[in-house]
Amino acid sequence: MSDRPVADAGKDQPGRNLPPLRLHVPEPRFRPGDHADFSDFAIPPAGAMPRPDEAAAAESFRELAYGLVRVLDEDGQAVGPWDPKLPPETLLKMLRSMALTRAFDARMFRAQRQGKTSFYMKSTGEEAVSIGAALALARDDMCFPSYRQQGILIARDWPLIDMMNQIYSNKGDRLKGRQLPIMYSAREASFFSISGNLTTQYPQAVGWAMASAARGDSRIAATWCGEGSTAEGDFHSACTFASVYRAPVIMNIVNNQWAISSFSGFAGAEATTFAARAIGYGIAGLRVDGNDALAVYAATRWAADRARANGGPTLIEHFTYRVEGHSTSDDPIAYRSADEASHWPLGDPIARLKQHCIRLGIWDEERHAAMDKELAETVRDAARAAEKNGILGHGLHHPMETMFQDVFEEMPWHLKEQQQKMLDEWKAAGL
Amino acid sequence: MEGGRAVNETSRQEAAIDTQQMNMIQAINSALDVMMERDPDVVVMGEDVGFFGGVFRATAGLQQKYGKNRVFDTPITECGIIGVAVGMGAYGLRPVPEIQFADYIYPALDQLVSEAARLRYRSAGEYIAPLTVRSPFGGGIFGGQTHSQSPEGIFTHVSGVKTVIPSTPYDAKGLLIAAIEDNDPVIFFEPKRIYNGPFDGHYDTPARSWAGHPQAQVPAGYYRVPLGAARVARAGEALTILCYGTMVHVVENTTAELAIDAEILDLRTLVPLDIDAIERSVKKTGRCLIVHEATRTSGFGAELLALVQERCFYHLEAPIERVTGFDTPYPHSLEWAYFPGPVRIGEAIKKIMRD
Repeated sequence: MSDRPVADAGKDQPGRNLPPLRLHVPEPRFRPGDHADFSDFAIPPAGAMPRPDEAAAAESFRELAYGLVRVLDEDGQAVGPWDPKLPPETLLKMLRSMALTRAFDARMFRAQRQGKTSFYMKSTGEEAVSIGAALALARDDMCFPSYRQQGILIARDWPLIDMMNQIYSNKGDRLKGRQLPIMYSAREASFFSISGNLTTQYPQAVGWAMASAARGDSRIAATWCGEGSTAEGDFHSACTFASVYRAPVIMNIVNNQWAISSFSGFAGAEATTFAARAIGYGIAGLRVDGNDALAVYAATRWAADRARANGGPTLIEHFTYRVEGHSTSDDPIAYRSADEASHWPLGDPIARLKQHCIRLGIWDEERHAAMDKELAETVRDAARAAEKNGILGHGLHHPMETMFQDVFEEMPWHLKEQQQKMLDEWKAAGL
Repeated sequence: MEGGRAVNETSRQEAAIDTQQMNMIQAINSALDVMMERDPDVVVMGEDVGFFGGVFRATAGLQQKYGKNRVFDTPITECGIIGVAVGMGAYGLRPVPEIQFADYIYPALDQLVSEAARLRYRSAGEYIAPLTVRSPFGGGIFGGQTHSQSPEGIFTHVSGVKTVIPSTPYDAKGLLIAAIEDNDPVIFFEPKRIYNGPFDGHYDTPARSWAGHPQAQVPAGYYRVPLGAARVARAGEALTILCYGTMVHVVENTTAELAIDAEILDLRTLVPLDIDAIERSVKKTGRCLIVHEATRTSGFGAELLALVQERCFYHLEAPIERVTGFDTPYPHSLEWAYFPGPVRIGEAIKKIMRD
């Protein structure tokens, strides 16, 4: 589309002396070559937002959808009413899970670059969003994640080798090599099969939560999507259903500001916040510093308590920043300022939690460095073990006839016939 | 005809117990009632299905009987209805969502095609989507382009869903029960033109009811008509006619009027298809006509034609013919020119018999 007004577009409309209309096409602040300058970004002070009672009516705390719940201040102190006051073991578990997720991402990203698999997606800078939430939920609360919440599985102590087998699509892959890398499924960890189609998991999570409520269960559901895909119809269908039936569900929007190359303005961020979507649906909306693990934990726990008390759904916007590319298939250098990530004012979630733990006297730099070394070795050992089951394209995948399994519970004649024909053809070709 | 035999035997057994005269809506309502009674995991949901009992009354009385936790009205978002049903299925329920008209199913396509249909496959069986999506389809009711479509070919093209279309009250109940018990997603299209009575294809003759029709004697209790089994609606020698839904009755009447000894196969399930029944019949008669109301290009008839050609080529004595809806939107005032009625079916039969 041309961004130049068509000259004299109105000349054939005699008698209409009106200004020409203009189409607004959003543009991010910084593009390649620009110096990212966030000096005008007013960091909302930690501890400033009120914490309403979990049973409060959604319309009574609208400001929370426009503000930013923050617990950790610039000095690493936990302040204000949202401080979850976590015991040291929970803080250190959180720190360790985040560091392990980052180490895992680094290793698997490199594996893709080495040609061991087709695809990978890092969650660098967003670790607090999934791990803070996972630790605030019960382990049997059902998670319907998007593709960047590997931190949930790691926080739930899911075996790394199982995740890697999936990434390598090898003979150890429980999903039989059918899914793009990182599209995990782990029923035992109450982790739903990841689709890859965007936000389809939102109404599914609401449906799961409705079923739980209809059955008088006590488990709740949680789901995640990116800010870009809040534009999908599924998001709005899910919000309507969640509101109508007061479903016990937590709907998380991970606002990492970039949807591949489209900045959040293309999802509506220039006009309002994503948490404010909740207001139109009459459900609770919270806007949280997604790089503050304690704020994520506190908001999730608040929403979970609200849901368990039949107070209905909560929409949480986690304001964060996607430090790396969308996936191994894009290079952000081509569409955004190279120094945006390093200048992002809300900092790094691991560094911030580390600073807090050190300040509390339960952690120090030496232990942190030792942990990072140990986790890198853990990940390396798991990767070596997984690679013994094969890497993508090196033959150690599931046998070819397994592609016909699990289309239906019982294989109908037409699939049996296609399977047999395939095997016969390969045999005839001497393969 | 294995399926047909099974049905008749079941029919006789049940007849001794308790059968009732039912139209297709009553039969569908009875199937839902039976399954909700038997299985507490079965839930019914959709626009207007609760208190009101559905715009066609197929869910009448169910909410009063089973409560709002199991039978409930939904917001008007087909995407949401199916997405929520997938989530309920993952929880362990067995949802039976209604899409009020098949013409409205498109907003739910992503949830059906990318989610329900592939969930078992992509999770290697960790999660399943045991949904039965009921939806009235087909024309002949002056419903215009938004209440007349036959989108079955969209779903038969998708791996991982079954597509079922009954043509009688007896089959509607037995197939719906089998569909609900099935652990895979089933698209259950109900030919709304014959909800209240069979249709001979002549739009200007008075509407008939199901009263007196042998296939309208329906057992009150539980029985199944297996998925994947066709029914010989009429045995014959002259040619084989493959059809389903409303067209079964139109074809029956047209062949009777022409005094043609046709073998009419009511397919009942498009996926999985009863290929043995088709092959057996076409090899016997050597001639094949395919009739459906859906648009022609890439319609299910094209698949049937290819299968018959692949399997029965050396038995064929004439080219296979198709009578279908035209490749236009469903035209309101010109409905009876569009509808594959007795004139078009009759001409096709004459051509096949001439060749």
